[in-house]
Amino acid sequence: MKKVIMGNHALSYGAMLSRTQVIAAYPITPQTQVVELLSEMCADGTLNAKFIKVESEHSAMAACLGASLAGARTFTATSSQGLALMHELLHWASGGRMPVVMGNINRAMAPGWSIWTDQNDSLSQRDTGWIQFYCASNQEVLDTVIQAFKVSEKLMIPSMIVLDAFALSHTYEVVEVPDQEKVDAFLPPFNPPFRLTPDDPHAFGGLTSPEHYFELRYKLQKGMEKVPALVEETGKEYQKMFGRYLGQVEEYLCDDAEFIFVTSGTAGYTARVVVDEFREKGIKAGNLRIKLFRPFPFEKVRSILSKVPKVAVVDRNISYGHHGIFYQEVKSAMYGQPPQPVIFGFITGLGGRDITRDTFKEIADYALSKSQAEEEIVWTGVKK
Amino acid sequence: MKKERKMTLTIPQEELISTGHLACQGCGAALAMRLALKGLGQRTAVCIPACCWSVIDGPFPHSSLGIPIYHCAFETAASSASGVKAGLEMVGDSETTVLAWAGDGGTFDIGLQALSGAAERNEDIIYTCYDNEAYMNTGIQRSSATPLGAWTTTTPVKHYKKHPKKDIIGIMAAHRPPYVATASVAYPEDLVKKFKKAKEIKGTRFIHVLAPCPVGWKSRPEDTIKLARLAVQTGYFPLYEVEDGEKWMLNLKIKERKPIAEYLKLQGRFRHLKDDEIAMLQKEVDAQWERLLKKCGV
Repeated sequence: MKKVIMGNHALSYGAMLSRTQVIAAYPITPQTQVVELLSEMCADGTLNAKFIKVESEHSAMAACLGASLAGARTFTATSSQGLALMHELLHWASGGRMPVVMGNINRAMAPGWSIWTDQNDSLSQRDTGWIQFYCASNQEVLDTVIQAFKVSEKLMIPSMIVLDAFALSHTYEVVEVPDQEKVDAFLPPFNPPFRLTPDDPHAFGGLTSPEHYFELRYKLQKGMEKVPALVEETGKEYQKMFGRYLGQVEEYLCDDAEFIFVTSGTAGYTARVVVDEFREKGIKAGNLRIKLFRPFPFEKVRSILSKVPKVAVVDRNISYGHHGIFYQEVKSAMYGQPPQPVIFGFITGLGGRDITRDTFKEIADYALSKSQAEEEIVWTGVKK
Repeated sequence: MKKERKMTLTIPQEELISTGHLACQGCGAALAMRLALKGLGQRTAVCIPACCWSVIDGPFPHSSLGIPIYHCAFETAASSASGVKAGLEMVGDSETTVLAWAGDGGTFDIGLQALSGAAERNEDIIYTCYDNEAYMNTGIQRSSATPLGAWTTTTPVKHYKKHPKKDIIGIMAAHRPPYVATASVAYPEDLVKKFKKAKEIKGTRFIHVLAPCPVGWKSRPEDTIKLARLAVQTGYFPLYEVEDGEKWMLNLKIKERKPIAEYLKLQGRFRHLKDDEIAMLQKEVDAQWERLLKKCGV
């Protein structure tokens, strides 16, 4: 069934179709509609789930983890400060192998207070052991929720689905909402290999000496390494049933490109428009939108970028004292892998400043006119 | 002819804690768990945040309890337990009692927000605070459960604790949950009875157990029961229940309360107190006792 829904509701529908059993959440702009719709669904019986209306994001994640350990499929959503408050428990989720799926609406971190988008909230959680998907359309959001449950529960690693504030969270688009029976056929009920039950009592997460801890973390990384192939496989299975492919990255005219934007989130769609305009002018541009950020799709990125002379990585985030974070990641993927493109790192759009066609044109002008970057970070659209 | 008296066993014989746990000698917290589980039985799942009990249980892959344990984050005993209860119900287990088992730091301080939230939502959990009156697991630092006058490593003798203990029962009763109670390891029948009673009630139940800590209180391990008993007999830690936040009931009426000095003198943490300071503590206890009697309508 086709529905016109906002990005936030695409998360809610995804959680509903995945037959989420326990939801625990706390409101924060611009995430609120996600949980408002879910609480309505729980109240009217559309979704058979328990909704725990907790008093903080910290408790939201804590309750999700307890429910997950008890064997229930769990979902939550947050943004920015809320995600930061959860930080401790993000480690808990991955370290305890609790496959919670969470929506995060990218919102800039305070101070000063901002409700507008940038990626520093979710990228600050890069090293917490969560799978991270960055979405660019409402359809992709809904499809990714369902896929994320499948991937997460297979590997017992939690997933975060990331949307730009307002640009996606509050934008209405036509979305194909799949039939419940088909989703049920794609996504079986959660059946974890271990759970908290008096029938088979175990202690979870107890004091772990140097004799054991190292191996638990090694196993988490080994699980993470399986994600890219599983995302491909799950994406293909999803495509067979629903006609839409997900995957790790979205390539747009990358095959013969001489210049590629590397983007994420909704900026990736703006980039495609600019790519079209360049193509009309005879410039072979392309766009590589990274959807799976953690684990980083090394092989995909290498195979695409190694054929291009110039790459412009566009970051709506910053690692203070270093570079844009996608720029760091792309460089690390390409290091020691000849042939190497010239890679430029651009930072733009922090705190919700618009990333427009002109922004991308400015970025392209810089990259195409120079043999290499003259600055560590090329700031675009900032009032210096 | 002498009348024959028959003794009835009021405390279940079943043991859900095994030997080999890592508690210190004379640990009130270990005893509290042993007795609580006698009241609750095996169909219990427990959430234990950072506290002495996250060590007492034993290191991975061992456990000294016969029930499932979720070692959760410090401030999450109540929120984790809320999640466990919801999760169990969704997978078809509505029978298991979900217990949150936290120390005073995890209850009075860092976990208070989550506890207040759970109580307001009337989550179907039993929350127990075993109170040893300081951060004992990290080496005896003061918490908001540390009593007035006590020494800890962060309230050294020259700057002993100047503020009275937080009134956790008052705070919890103000949420009007169905059941709030105090219990003591020196009164095992009463303690077990309270856990049994709590098990049969739905909603948030809060049980506050005073758990003497020889290491932190600088007392002799063999005095643990004596101290727990004196805490009750002096009126420092009375045994009472509050139903629905309104019905206050004193469980043990004490005709003549013992002087607080008797309780204090067995503990090195109060050794520095001079007579006038002990008199001040006595006044505190007297006032607290009077307030309680009033609430209980005695």
